[in-house]
Amino acid sequence: MRAIDFQKGRTPIFNSILLAFLILAPAVLPAFYIYIFSVIFVTAILAMSLNLVVGHGGLYQFHHGVFYGIGAYTLALILTKTDLPPWVGFIAGPVCAALAGWLIGLFCVRLSRLYFGMLQISLGSLIWAVTFRWYALTGGDDGIHGIELPGILSGITRSYYVILIVLSVCLIALYRIYKSPFGITLRAIRDNPERCAAVGINVRRHQLLAIVIATFFAGVAGVFFVVVERSVFPDLMFWVLSLEIMIMCLLGGWFTFSGPILGAAIMVSLRTFAGVYTEYWTLILGVILILLIFFLPEGVMGFIALKLKRRELLLEAKKDI
Amino acid sequence: MLRVENAQKDFDGFKAVNGASLSVEKGEIVAVIGPNGAGKTTLFNLITGQLKPNGGTITFLGEDITSMPSHRICKKGIARSFQIANIFHRLSVFRNVQVSVLSQKNRNLNLFLSSDSFFVKETQSILKNAGLADKHQEIAGSLSHGDRRLLEIAIALGNEPRLLILDEPTAGMSPEETATTISLIKRLAETRGLTILFCEHDMDVVFGVSHRIMVMEQGRTLVQGKPDEVKNNLEVQRAYLGTE
Ligand SMILES: Nc1ncnc2c1ncn2[C@@H]1O[C@H](COP(=O)(O)OP(=O)(O)OP(=O)(O)O)[C@@H](O)[C@H]1O
Ligand SMILES: [Mg+2]
Repeated sequence: MRAIDFQKGRTPIFNSILLAFLILAPAVLPAFYIYIFSVIFVTAILAMSLNLVVGHGGLYQFHHGVFYGIGAYTLALILTKTDLPPWVGFIAGPVCAALAGWLIGLFCVRLSRLYFGMLQISLGSLIWAVTFRWYALTGGDDGIHGIELPGILSGITRSYYVILIVLSVCLIALYRIYKSPFGITLRAIRDNPERCAAVGINVRRHQLLAIVIATFFAGVAGVFFVVVERSVFPDLMFWVLSLEIMIMCLLGGWFTFSGPILGAAIMVSLRTFAGVYTEYWTLILGVILILLIFFLPEGVMGFIALKLKRRELLLEAKKDI
Repeated sequence: MLRVENAQKDFDGFKAVNGASLSVEKGEIVAVIGPNGAGKTTLFNLITGQLKPNGGTITFLGEDITSMPSHRICKKGIARSFQIANIFHRLSVFRNVQVSVLSQKNRNLNLFLSSDSFFVKETQSILKNAGLADKHQEIAGSLSHGDRRLLEIAIALGNEPRLLILDEPTAGMSPEETATTISLIKRLAETRGLTILFCEHDMDVVFGVSHRIMVMEQGRTLVQGKPDEVKNNLEVQRAYLGTE
């Protein structure tokens, strides 16, 4: 998909226009939209991080939201319960998420695919339950609200720009990982783990490293969730959110690089404008999922790539899938 | 170089390999033959670690490799191809081979450099050797059956093995493709001094290229010897040639 995203044809022009628009947006759009864009950016990092292990790694990372929550809670707790400088929290968030990812992954990669997913759901739900019940530390089901942020992040416009920069840095990093020997090997493992072992690759170690990287980026998304919302609550770690991230990847296109960004944008918009009827949200999710599975199994990006039918572009795009 | 002694493998009480023994010396081409279900593939899986034996020992270059995980066995210098094409379907032909070259050179964990700067020449030369150079951009899953089989071998070559194991390299190939594959195998053995262990149903291929032959039946080794000796062995005629 890189051809569509970054290089050939009209893509660089499209990307430049998009970037220019995003830079100018705070000057022309109402604050509410700037807030929604910030949410989309954060969610895009989250969806991209999941897609590294699900779309490119072929792992059943069913409870990715937990690591997002761990990143967010780590920052929130450091800001509200300690006297440590804020930057410590911004580093500790992703690092703690990656540590948790490593610990849970250590058990999960030993299991076959489905059991991997099941174990992750159970361990993740355990973390959710602890967060939900431990009032003294986490504020229980109320969460923590009104978190004070350092000056550079105060104000919706400033935090918007910071998050836009963070998103760009994450995208570049993930893109390099995607193109690296590590990324290619990861996709080879997705296609055929047995053969990978037969050519001398330590499959479990590779998968574990992928999980650590993915959960690190989920932690990055988590800390910037706190920047946008100034609060944390246990729903961040609830399974429904993990399902949502999964749908974003599927919606955008598993096997594409930038599909999950599109998936995140669509899902956040839907949740904002349709999700007013919150009790039906999981129902909406279910319907979207069914429609996707039957009508768009390659996701929107995959669908566009097919529809464009620009042969060389498609070949180029397919080359690195 | 490779020594298998009295290898055993049970599948729920069914003895797929039941006392197979085999030796391969450096520079040799050794064939394993036997009727369908004799346990050839299972024996190869035991040697390269896809399966763990229930008994027996396997040594390679004097080292006991019995029950080692397959990625470590590969690093000792044994690479293999599979009977049923076992490739990376969504990757390009080039990437398929590059993955195994990257693994051989221990560069799999490199995170931030572009893969396009790694071993392009090495990969291209393997593809050329296997006759796949002009298809390097194609998606592996879209190759024809014969090309998949060639890619299968090319992936194994990416590991620069000391011992190359091929499981029915010409199965399902057209006569021309078979001829190409045989000449590839011969060339590899001659120019690189590669040691090759393979199994095959096509008797012309077997008697045409191998230095020694091992005959299997019902998981056991019936005999191992020079092609003439094997040909003359009555037991073999009963077990294999006679049933054809
Ligand atoms: N994973 C497995 N589980 C159960 N039985 C198996 C398994 N693999 C192989 N077998 C059985 O073991 C026996 C030997 O199989 P194997 O594939 O090794 O034979 P082969 O000599 O390679 O045959 P062919 O010439 O058809 O490839 C067969 O009867 C097969 O059904
Ligand atoms: Mg077989």
